[in-house]
Amino acid sequence: MKGKILSGLSLVCIVMGVGILFPSCSTVKEYQKSRINDSEMTLANRKVEKSELNAQSYREGSSGANSGKTGGGCGCN
Amino acid sequence: MSIMRRICLTVVGLYLMFLHTFSQGITRDTAAFQPKKLKLDEINLVSSYYTQTGDHSAIRGGIGPEPVTDLANGVELKWVGIDAQQRKSTLTAGMGIDYHTAASQAWISKTGASRHTDGLRLYPSLDWTRENERRGSSFSVGAYYSNEFNYKSLGLSAGITQKTKNNGEFGLKLSGYFDQVKLILPSELEPAGAYTIGRNGELRHPDYPSSPRQTYTASFSFSQVINTRLQVAFLLDGVYQNGYLGLPFHRVYFTDGTDSVEKLPSNRLKLPLGFRLNYFLGDRVILRTYYRYYVDSWGIRSHTASLEVPFKITPFFSISPFYRYYTQTAANYFSPYEQHLKTDGYYTSNYSLSAFSSQFFGAGIRLAPPKGIFNTHLATLELRYGHYTQTTDLVSDVISLNLGFK
Repeated sequence: MKGKILSGLSLVCIVMGVGILFPSCSTVKEYQKSRINDSEMTLANRKVEKSELNAQSYREGSSGANSGKTGGGCGCN
Repeated sequence: MSIMRRICLTVVGLYLMFLHTFSQGITRDTAAFQPKKLKLDEINLVSSYYTQTGDHSAIRGGIGPEPVTDLANGVELKWVGIDAQQRKSTLTAGMGIDYHTAASQAWISKTGASRHTDGLRLYPSLDWTRENERRGSSFSVGAYYSNEFNYKSLGLSAGITQKTKNNGEFGLKLSGYFDQVKLILPSELEPAGAYTIGRNGELRHPDYPSSPRQTYTASFSFSQVINTRLQVAFLLDGVYQNGYLGLPFHRVYFTDGTDSVEKLPSNRLKLPLGFRLNYFLGDRVILRTYYRYYVDSWGIRSHTASLEVPFKITPFFSISPFYRYYTQTAANYFSPYEQHLKTDGYYTSNYSLSAFSSQFFGAGIRLAPPKGIFNTHLATLELRYGHYTQTTDLVSDVISLNLGFK
C-alpha cells in the first residue's frame, strides 16, 4: 500500500511541477479575458451541482479534489 | 409528508421574501473610491430532490432494497464590503435543511420493524474572506455545523490564495471536521436490557453512546490562464481520518450465517488529485472537462472523468449536457453477503467500498440576463437533472434548482 501511495504522490509531484511551469507561457491581458471570465468557464463546481456531488461522495468510495467538502455529514441513509 | 409540505412552503416563502428584500432598490456608486460597509450583495437558494433504488443495503449486510429520497434546501446570503485599504471583505452565511427517507433503516431492527425511516439534517455555515486586490491575495476562515439524529459534525477551515504575475493563482486551504457518530446497533446486537418499555408500551432506547471521528484536510490548488480561451486547474487534497470510520448499524454476515457490525480500520489516508481544463470553443460552446485520480490506504483506487458542454443559445441562456464516468477498485476489507470469514481482521459489506463503475449523465439550463430575469432581482436561474447508474444495480436521479438574487 505504501508503494501505491508513493506512486500516487510521484504523479502528484509531476503534475504540480508541470503546473508551475505554465505561467511562463501566459501573456493574456485583462481586456482579453471576456471568454475566460464567462461564468461558465469557472474552474470549480457550481452551486447547482452540490447535491449530486454529495450523493456521489456517499455512494462511491472516493471523494475530494473537486473544491468540495471532504468531511462532515453522515450520508448513512 | 407534512414535513415535506412545510419545507416546500418555507422555500416558496423565502423566494418571495428575497424578491421583496431586493425590490427595496440598489443605489449605484459612480463616484470615486469610498470604503463601503458590509452590504447584502447576493442571495442563493438551492433546492434539490434525490431518489435512489438499489439492492445491496449495507444495513442488511449487502442484500435487500435500499430506496432513498432526499429533499435538500439551502439558502446562502453574501455580504460584501470594502475597507479604507481597498480590501474586499465577503461574509457568507448559509443554512441547509435536508429531509430524507430510507426504508432500509427499518432493518436496524432484525424484523424490519424500526419506526425511524426518515430524518432531518440541519447544517449552518459561516465563511469570511478578505481579498487584497492590489496584492492579489486573499485570506479566509470558515465554520460549519451539521446535526442529524445519529451524526453531528463541527468543521473549521482557513485558507489563503495568491495570484501570480502571469494569470495564475495558488491556493491552500486547511480544514478539520470533528464528528460524533451515535452508536446505534442492529437490534440483535444490542446488549441485553438496552431497551426499556415506554408509558404506552412502546420500546424505548435510552441515550445512545457516541464515538468520535476526525477528518483533517489540506487542499492545494493551482489555476492558470493559458490563453484567451483556455484555462486549467490542478487540485490536490491530502485527507487523514481517524476514529470510528464505519457505521454501527451496517451488518456483516459471515460464511457461517452469523452476523456482526462492520469493522474498519480506525484511520484512513486519502489522496485525490484532480485536473480541470475549460476551453471556450468558438463563440457559443464551452468544454468543461475534469479528471481525478484517487488512491487511499484502504486499497481503493479510482478514476473519474467528466465532460460538460454548455451551449449558448444566447449570451445569457445556455443548455449544458454532461457525462461523467467513474470506476473504482474494492477496499481490502469488502466482501459480499456471507462471504467474510470470522477470522478476517476487518470486514464490511457496504457496496460503496466494492469494485464497480458508474455513469452519470443529464443536462442543465442556465438563464442569467444582465438586467435580471423579467427585469427582477432574480439574476440567475439554473435547473439541472442527472441520472446515475452503478454496476452494482444502484440507480438514482437528482434534480436541482439554483436561484440567485442580486
